[in-house]
Amino acid sequence: MIEIKNLCKTFGKTEALKNLTLSISDGQVYGLIGPNGAGKTTAMSILATLLPADSGTALVNGLDVSAQPMQVRKIIGYMPDFFGVYDGLTTWEYLSFFASAYYIPENKHDRLINDLLELVNLQDKADSFVDNLSRGMKQRLALARCLVHDPQVLILDEPASGLDPRARAEVKEIIRQLKSMGKTVLISSHILPELAEICDQVGILENGRLVAGGSVAEIINGNQSTRVINVEVDQRLEEMLQFLSTCSGVVRVDRKGSGARLIFRGERRAQSALLKELIEQGYPVLQFAEQTGSLEDAFMAVTGEGKDK
Amino acid sequence: MIIANPVLLKEMRQRFRGIKAPLILFIYLMVLGGFILGYMYLIRDRLLSFDPSESMGIFAMLSVLQLILLAFVTPGLTASTISGERERQTLNVLLTTELKPAGIVISKMISSCAFTLLLLIAALPLYSVILIYGGISPTQLWGVFAFYLVTMFLFGAVGMACSTFFQRASISTITSYGIMAFLGAGTAFLAAFINDAARDDAVYPQPEVIPFSVQFLQDINPVLVLAHILGGGPAFGPEADWILPYWAVYALFYLGVGVLLLVWSGYRLNPLRKK
Repeated sequence: MIEIKNLCKTFGKTEALKNLTLSISDGQVYGLIGPNGAGKTTAMSILATLLPADSGTALVNGLDVSAQPMQVRKIIGYMPDFFGVYDGLTTWEYLSFFASAYYIPENKHDRLINDLLELVNLQDKADSFVDNLSRGMKQRLALARCLVHDPQVLILDEPASGLDPRARAEVKEIIRQLKSMGKTVLISSHILPELAEICDQVGILENGRLVAGGSVAEIINGNQSTRVINVEVDQRLEEMLQFLSTCSGVVRVDRKGSGARLIFRGERRAQSALLKELIEQGYPVLQFAEQTGSLEDAFMAVTGEGKDK
Repeated sequence: MIIANPVLLKEMRQRFRGIKAPLILFIYLMVLGGFILGYMYLIRDRLLSFDPSESMGIFAMLSVLQLILLAFVTPGLTASTISGERERQTLNVLLTTELKPAGIVISKMISSCAFTLLLLIAALPLYSVILIYGGISPTQLWGVFAFYLVTMFLFGAVGMACSTFFQRASISTITSYGIMAFLGAGTAFLAAFINDAARDDAVYPQPEVIPFSVQFLQDINPVLVLAHILGGGPAFGPEADWILPYWAVYALFYLGVGVLLLVWSGYRLNPLRKK
């Protein structure tokens, strides 16, 4: 279980985390999403005992990451967003090195490494040098590396970043297997549809704050206060875009084809009032529809606030 | 226990696997051997008869050459160990394992020094050339070897400290070489400067006692200490023990500072250290 309470971290004048609070139950896959610089990697680095927090607490299975880092390291597997591999080591030696780094007796390495290589589908690469593996293979090897000491909690920072669709699917499949093994997984990704497929819970992070959290369905459907609305007009599009940007409740307006895609924050009545206002202004509205369905839309809606109108 | 440290085993495996290690060893021995044979060629006529001073000349040249190579090789190996891991983006993953930062530092130090030690041991047969002609006692030879070990320890620790402090391996290596230059030449220049500044020309004859700082600086200068071991005597002041013999001051300073640098490196490598 991961429990974060009022976590704060600043780098110089930049506030990377502002009172971040979230809780992840045992066996859950929790997706952390947010734009670049939202604080995902900072939060994960603190959980991985690589960065001290300025204030607040972060517990992994009840262990405080700042007070008991060594105990925490025994129960977490961490995969950073960018990582390298050692030159001149074979895949088997690489995993054996990390198994030794967790003080796993050498007589258990053979079986352990074979099992891990099978899990990540790299059995035939056991004797290949790790620096010669493709990026997708390295990513899978890193996942295997995270698992050498059979940790209960996995912290995976962008595990599928930079991979081709096939490799992404393979990584996704491995995470599904980890979920079925009962692991608690905290994962960040920019590829939102994939997160929607594998996560039980999702948290949206923006400017160091958790702006939305819950199950994927809740995030997609339950984010009633902020919605994405598509508006199409027959003419006077530019004028309408200008007008919309001044309307109350509209936090962002983008041109989309012959219409506009706007992020609207407010009650449904306010949404209705906006439509009425458009009609009263004489805009020939062809369509005024709320967009539903994807995590990406919910993400755009939630993180739209504060952007330029 | 440290022998079974996974970082040490990995470093050894990486360092001694492939062509790089034998190539460096080959070049190292070629440079040393080339100088020795070249020098012997130049003095070939004089070597036909027994002359212990000629042997001492070869011994001194070989020892100084080895010290210069040591000053290049040791920090070159250690200065990129931690910063190199940082550049390759492998350090964070290593720090999330159960390995303690101090253990990582010591393992990397041992593996780097093991290679330097290999160079020193591999060069020992070259000294047999000198022993053939006589004039050098085995005690002197072992004394120089002990001097190398102590020097290698501090040089390695300096590289290691720079490696944990600087993010980039290139800056770490350059800084290490800068510190080597200060230890090798800077301390001698500083000693000469202070000694000259402290001299009172109005006093005649000049007192034999030299300032404390000059004595200390000459006792921690590897070149002057090596010259002293080789029988050259002190560069400044009379031949006299100052609190401790010069070699003891050198060994205590180099080992003490080396240990402090390694402890500091281990502390600095801890990601959760208090800043």
